[in-house]
Amino acid sequence: MKRWLLTAAVVAVYLLHQDVWFWNTTHPLVFGFLPIGLFYHATYSLVAAVLMWVLVRYAWPSHLEHEAEATVLVDQSPSSRTGL
Amino acid sequence: MIPALVVFAYLGVVLYIGIFAFRQTASGEGAEGYFLANRSLGQYVFLLSLFGTNMTAFTILGSAGHAFANGIVTFGLMGSSSALLIPMGLYLFGPRVWALGKRYGFITPVQMYRDRWECGHIGTAIFAIQAILLVPYIVIAVMGGGTTLNAVSDGVIPYWFGGAVVAIVVMSYVFFGGMRGTAWVNTFQTALFLTFGAAAVIFIGVSIGGFPQAMQRLLESAETASLLTRERVEPRFFFSYMLIPLSTIMFPHISIFCLTARRMGQFKKTVIFYPLCILAIWLPCTFLGVSANAMRDVPGIEAKLVARETLATERETLSMAEATELQSEASGDDVIILMLDHYAPLWLAGLLGAGIMAAVMASDSQILALSTMFTEDVFAYYGGAARFGPAVQVQTGRLFVIVIAMVAYAIALEAPPGIFGLAVQYAFSGYTTLLPLLVAALFWKDSTKWGALAVVIWTAVTLIATAVLQATVPVPPPGTIVPVWTVAGVDVISRTTSGTNVLGYMPVLPMLIVSTSLMVGVSWLTPKPTRTTLSRYFGN
Repeated sequence: MKRWLLTAAVVAVYLLHQDVWFWNTTHPLVFGFLPIGLFYHATYSLVAAVLMWVLVRYAWPSHLEHEAEATVLVDQSPSSRTGL
Repeated sequence: MIPALVVFAYLGVVLYIGIFAFRQTASGEGAEGYFLANRSLGQYVFLLSLFGTNMTAFTILGSAGHAFANGIVTFGLMGSSSALLIPMGLYLFGPRVWALGKRYGFITPVQMYRDRWECGHIGTAIFAIQAILLVPYIVIAVMGGGTTLNAVSDGVIPYWFGGAVVAIVVMSYVFFGGMRGTAWVNTFQTALFLTFGAAAVIFIGVSIGGFPQAMQRLLESAETASLLTRERVEPRFFFSYMLIPLSTIMFPHISIFCLTARRMGQFKKTVIFYPLCILAIWLPCTFLGVSANAMRDVPGIEAKLVARETLATERETLSMAEATELQSEASGDDVIILMLDHYAPLWLAGLLGAGIMAAVMASDSQILALSTMFTEDVFAYYGGAARFGPAVQVQTGRLFVIVIAMVAYAIALEAPPGIFGLAVQYAFSGYTTLLPLLVAALFWKDSTKWGALAVVIWTAVTLIATAVLQATVPVPPPGTIVPVWTVAGVDVISRTTSGTNVLGYMPVLPMLIVSTSLMVGVSWLTPKPTRTTLSRYFGN
């Protein structure tokens, strides 16, 4: 369930980037100088940071670190392979 | 000339940092020490250096230049899309690449691909295309260095000399300092341009009487008012451009950098703070680039606006050579520098010029990555390390640093203007098309080396085809589209001012769809890696 919610959140944020509703509009000028289209995408960047925090907080693949620390280097060097 | 002297002083500091790092590197470290800083970078060096590695001449100069010509759409195209997709790529792939590197001792992505798919020469093909695609990115840094020094010295320092200075400085600290020197220089540079970038925005805003006034001036003319909307770009083009930031994790210097973290947890803050760093850099650059259209009191900017107007009104009567020259004059890659030169006091213009130079010089990581790849994926793989020993391996890497810097400089002297287009058309589109390699290697058990080879060949063929098409079909006037291939009345492939379109989308969209299909289709039809290898990557 958590996984589906997070996936849906990622897809939703991705789609929100395509803000056709502000395409040909300048106004309102936020703070008196930021066209609304630019303000929207600045806010979008902040939303992206929040999304990343949520992913790190609730879906961090910490098992990878434990596996990496626990594994001894294999004898066969990757560079020793030959052929195609 | 004072700003130029400040920039030279800055270059001296950068060299010192590189040499200081060299003292640490020289104390008995081998290939892993030189190329990966012994996988020991701390939290904040990792964040700032990784971000700084991505902030190049393209970001600072190219984005402002693009915004100068196209308006606020620049931020949505590359800024906010990067704010989502670059950290997402780091989140999905970074920890996995780091963990595999730690487990199996990988220094380059190609070593991982060779091991994962049990291949040899196909890995060399992956190396070749990654290396070729990285060269334009290094070239734009040298070009940016030449442009910056030329501008901050009011033309006293010629372009060729500025480019040479940047190439030599970067080459020197990468040569001596390796990854440790590069990471520390990048950290210093990122702190510098974040600090002085904010100062630049405030100072220019105050000098022109406030940004609201600049916006009102732009709104008074229909021509410039459109820069405050996105009407100059089609939504389909905007949508397909969102694929470009997917390329970031495929850039070798980024994936190699993922291997330098001391602990996997260091990705956490990087992933969270990355969008904020993007916002802090891209928003001011875009905004200043757009605002430059209202600064006709700056002689250099006025000349650009006049050239643009001449292009628009007299296009039909201009010869190809005249049109090309006017396009070059109208190019906005140096508008930020022109603004600083005009509005900021000399000392501040120098510091801000150094801040810009910091971003411009981010080619260090790319040069080091190319050197690392050549040394590990070619020299060591084909027996050089076994025959000559690890010390010669590192020396070969250093020698390659010199060769790359010299080649990039030679190309930069001949390359046409337009930092933005040069980088996007080839490097970014190519690396995005290669993304199925990383996805399949890490997440899809049934992927094969033949699928990987198909992706590499497809990427090479489409990039060559795009380059040939753009070289043979002349650039149309701004705002016009020349159909190249039409089927049943539908323009499938078109030539535009900025490049090529496929059904109105950027070529990267069909390129990625086909490369993904090739990876899936060819892998289904060809033999899988052995069970032993698969168990090492996916467990039993």
